[in-house]
Amino acid sequence: MNMTIAWITARGLLGRRRSWLLLPMPLILIGITAIGLGFDAPAVDLADGVLIGLGVAVILPLVSLIVGTGVLGSEIDDGTVVHILTKPIPRSRIILAKLAVAATVSAVTTAVPMFVAAAMVGGVKLGLGFALACAAGAVVYSALFLALSVLTRRPVLLGLLYVVIWEGLLSNVVMGTRTVSVQHYVIEFASELSGSTLFTATVSLGVAAAMAVVLTVAGTWLATQRLRSFSVAGETS
Amino acid sequence: MEPRKPRTKGSPVSDLDLRGVSRWYGNVVAVNDVTMTLGPGVTGLLGPNGAGKTTLLHMMAGFLAPSRGQVLIDGDATWRNPAIYRKLGLVNEREAVYGFLSGQEFVRASAKLHGLPDADAATRRAIDLVEMTDAQDRRMDTYSKGMRQRMRVAAALVHDPAVLLLDEPFNGMDPRQRMHMMDLLHRLGAQGRTVLFSSHILEEVEQVSGTVQVIVAGRLAASGDFRTIRRLMTHRPHVFAIRSSDDRRLAVALMASDAVAGVTLDKDGLTVHAGDYGTFTRALPRIALDEGVRVRQLIPSDESLESVFSYLVSA
Repeated sequence: MNMTIAWITARGLLGRRRSWLLLPMPLILIGITAIGLGFDAPAVDLADGVLIGLGVAVILPLVSLIVGTGVLGSEIDDGTVVHILTKPIPRSRIILAKLAVAATVSAVTTAVPMFVAAAMVGGVKLGLGFALACAAGAVVYSALFLALSVLTRRPVLLGLLYVVIWEGLLSNVVMGTRTVSVQHYVIEFASELSGSTLFTATVSLGVAAAMAVVLTVAGTWLATQRLRSFSVAGETS
Repeated sequence: MEPRKPRTKGSPVSDLDLRGVSRWYGNVVAVNDVTMTLGPGVTGLLGPNGAGKTTLLHMMAGFLAPSRGQVLIDGDATWRNPAIYRKLGLVNEREAVYGFLSGQEFVRASAKLHGLPDADAATRRAIDLVEMTDAQDRRMDTYSKGMRQRMRVAAALVHDPAVLLLDEPFNGMDPRQRMHMMDLLHRLGAQGRTVLFSSHILEEVEQVSGTVQVIVAGRLAASGDFRTIRRLMTHRPHVFAIRSSDDRRLAVALMASDAVAGVTLDKDGLTVHAGDYGTFTRALPRIALDEGVRVRQLIPSDESLESVFSYLVSA
């Protein structure tokens, strides 16, 4: 990893207007949990509807999508990526720096409010379980969305299709698709780490852990390979 | 070719070689079988818009794979080879910079990314070279286009590269900034660096470089000393469209002039082929006055750069 690239990436990411979209999401999660508790909603319903239905299924992938596609995709769009690419740095180190920033920002932005919301629902252990699971999920999502931003010109659209169609629709209907659903890995991690009976996981720990590693490594490797052959379109192209 | 500059103490020397380089996009050929060797000194890459200059520069800079042929710096391919950036600096046409960084932070980041042992000293030296010391602490999104360009040059020079490539470096600069950039390129060339800059403006190339590579429609149309090429351009036939109070009378008089190679008369007026631009434009008022003809319109009809370059291709 290259610290200078990480520093530029973090400053660019946090200074961008699109990043402001991240701010309300944690507050919404905590706010809705508080409202639910205020109305004496059962913990089982809050765990399933708010922590998983909103936190894991919506906020975690959306935050990761905004951040993951922004750390490198925006530099490719505006051409500033050339400043980094004209340096004698292995492309793998560039991708690792971008991934580290994306994963850290996404993990912090989602894990902290998830900890607060889950702790409100079922205590500190549930809070820690969801926070750590979301942090792990942020790493996998970041690797996938970072790869998309280098591989395609429509990373946000494709990322949304994955989150909404694949994870939101198909993985709840077609059992086999859960094997390639980060959302279901996160639910399994949260279940194992918290030991909670408020919700049930749908994939085994072995599958979730192995697939999380496979997707992270594959995304990172693909992004690196693509960056090695990065072409700049000219006026005559 | 300009004679090879002697190596200045401490300055690196590198050659940039293009061997039968072509690049096509589907059926469109952007660069067609270009072979050239660039050595120390300043070389202008001249050609009309869309001629393939940027495509060629991108291949030289390792940002585009040649469809055929090789681009080499000191024998090493530039494509998929990040190590060449130790020898190469690039200032591309897109003026994108990290607007949230100050100029100093931007150049210093470049120095650190190059792994320079004393990044601060290299940063100071590069910013001083482009005379941006006073503005170095301002955010780059507050800079004028010319200031951004100079900071980009500083970032490209911070590691003291032997080869510097600049794509249309004078675009958007005011005359003072332009003079400064020209002076800087002169100095870099005199230090023994291989400097290549692209331009579609003849006068820019004339003022900066003695050696020129002319690209037209993706092909290397002319190569060598600028004065020779300029002479070819000046002495090419020129075409003028003229309307006057008596086209027929003027046509007869013009045919008798040495400055005129041919005259066509039709209902829209005269089309005159002149051997030399200056001689003809000086002779025309005198001829018209002698004949008592009033010239109402005089339009050079082939003054576009494209026509100049097309002439070069056939010359």
